[in-house]
Amino acid sequence: MSGTIRDEAAIVGMGSTALSSKGGLEEDELTLACLAISAAIDDAGLEPSDVDGLALFDMESKREVEVARNLGLGEITFFAEVGYGGGAACATVGHAAMAVASGQCDVAVAWRARKRAAKSTRVWSQAPKRLDDSDQWTRPAGLLRPVDEIAMLTRRYMHEYGVTREQLANVALTLRRHANRNPRAAMYEKTLDLDQYLSARWISEPLCLFDNCLESDGALAVVITSAERARDLPHEPIYVHAYSQGLPEQHQIMSNFFCEDPLRGPSHAAARRLWANSDLKPHDVSCAQIYDAFSPLIPLSLEGYGFCERGEGAAFTEDGGLDWDGGRLPVNTSGGSLSEAYVHGFNHVIEAVRQLRGESTAQVEDASSCLVTSGECVPTSALLLRN
Amino acid sequence: MESGWILPDLSNEATRGFWDGCAEGELRIQTCSDCGATRMPPRPMCPRCRSVDYGWTAMSGEGRIWSFVVAHPPLLPAYAEIAPYPVVTVELLEDPMIRIVGGLVGGPGLDAASVDTKTIEIGDPVHVVFAKVEDVTIPRWTGAKWA
Ligand SMILES: [Zn+2]
Repeated sequence: MSGTIRDEAAIVGMGSTALSSKGGLEEDELTLACLAISAAIDDAGLEPSDVDGLALFDMESKREVEVARNLGLGEITFFAEVGYGGGAACATVGHAAMAVASGQCDVAVAWRARKRAAKSTRVWSQAPKRLDDSDQWTRPAGLLRPVDEIAMLTRRYMHEYGVTREQLANVALTLRRHANRNPRAAMYEKTLDLDQYLSARWISEPLCLFDNCLESDGALAVVITSAERARDLPHEPIYVHAYSQGLPEQHQIMSNFFCEDPLRGPSHAAARRLWANSDLKPHDVSCAQIYDAFSPLIPLSLEGYGFCERGEGAAFTEDGGLDWDGGRLPVNTSGGSLSEAYVHGFNHVIEAVRQLRGESTAQVEDASSCLVTSGECVPTSALLLRN
Repeated sequence: MESGWILPDLSNEATRGFWDGCAEGELRIQTCSDCGATRMPPRPMCPRCRSVDYGWTAMSGEGRIWSFVVAHPPLLPAYAEIAPYPVVTVELLEDPMIRIVGGLVGGPGLDAASVDTKTIEIGDPVHVVFAKVEDVTIPRWTGAKWA
C-alpha cells in the first residue's frame, strides 16, 4: 500500500443535461441537478439506493437533502462540500474518490448544476455596495468583474514574458475548432478566425470578447465507486489515479496581485502533490481538460502543471500545440468553457471521461490518461484520470 | 448621496487604518509592531511573526505601474458612465512588494476620461491622489505623463 488513493476509486457513470448558453433552460437548478445525477446513475448501471456518498460545490443552490429526497437516495454516510467556485470541480470528484477509497461510502456522486445564461444572473453585477472582504482592495478602483482581475494579471504576464495577443488567440481558436466538432457545444456551428479575434470588442484590455468564457445553464454529474466494484459495471472504469488541491502561500482570491510572485498561481501548489502521488509525469499524459474561464489561464496552467517552464506556456500554444489531433498536448477537446459551456469546469471532468472511454468528438488516439484542472487564480484542485 | 460605487465597509478594525489614512491625505501601510514587516492588504495577524500588534506607516505615495487594465462595458451604471477607464496596480517605491490598486487619472479632482489610455505603460512613475466618494476617500494614481 502506497498510502495514497491511487487507482482505488473509479468514475463509472456520467450524466449531463443539455447545456445552453443562449436562451437558457426552463428547469430550475434543483431539477437540473437531479436530471444529471439520475442520468449518471443510469449510465453506471446502478440504482439510487446504491448511492451513499455526495460531494458538491458549496455554491450549489440546492443541497444534499433536496437532491437525496428527489432522487430517492438511501442512507447517505458521506457528504462534503468544496468552496471557491471554479476551483471546486476536481475537488468534488477527489473527495468522493477519497471517501470511497477509505470506506466512508460505497457509491458517491459529484455534480454541478448552474443557471447563468441569463444576463440578470451575473454575479459581479450583484455585489454589495459596502465590502468587508478582500474585494475592497479592487472593486472601488473599478476592477468589478473577474475579467478585470484576470486582465490585470494577463497584462503583467505579457510584459514579463513577451506573451502576445496572437498567442492568446491560439487558445481561443483551438478551443473553437474543438467545439466545431462537438454538437453539444454552444459554438458548434460558429467558426472563429484570427481577424475576428483581433477585431473583437474589448471587455477589459488586454482581454477581448473571445478571451472570455460563455455563460451557461446546465448540470453535470459523475458516479464514483471502488475499483473492485467498477469492474462489474457496464462501462470501462475510469480510475482516479491522483488528485490534489492547491492553496498557495499568501493567496488572494482572483486578485492575487499582492503576493511576492503573482504569476505563480494555485496550479503550482496543486501540481506538486498531484505528480508526487502519481505514476505519471506530464509528458505521459494523453490529453488535458484545463480550466479556462479566460484564455490566459491555459498557458498559466500549462506552466503550473509542469508541461513547460515558467513563461513558456504561451509559446506552447503555437503551431497547433493544443490541437486534439497531433498537438503537443491536446487541450479542452470538447471546446471547454470558452466554446462548449461554462459550468464551473465540471464539463471538463465529463470530457475527460469521454476521452478515456473513446467517445469524444475530438478523440485523441489511444488516450490512456487525462489531466483535469479547476480554476487557476482561486484555491484549486486537479485530477489525473486513466483507463 | 448614493454614488453607485462599490466602497469599503469602514467598520473593520484591521483595515480601517488604511482608509482613515486616505481620508487624512496619507497612504498608510499596516506595519507589524514586533518585527516591522509591512503588509498589504491589511489583516489582523503578521504572517511573518504572528504578532497581532500593528501600526500604520505613512508612505511617500510614489510608485510605478506594475500592471494595468482598461475596463469596457458591460459594467455597473456608475462605472459605465466613465468607461472605458484605466485601473492600475502600483508598486510603491519604498517597498515594491506593497502593491495598491486604483484608478488612473490626469490629476487631483479629475476622472478617468482625462487619461489617454494608449499612453499607459508598465513601469510608468505615478503618485497617489485621493478622491472622496460618499463618506469614503479612495486612492487614485496620476503622473506627469497625463498632466
Ligand atoms: Zn511581525
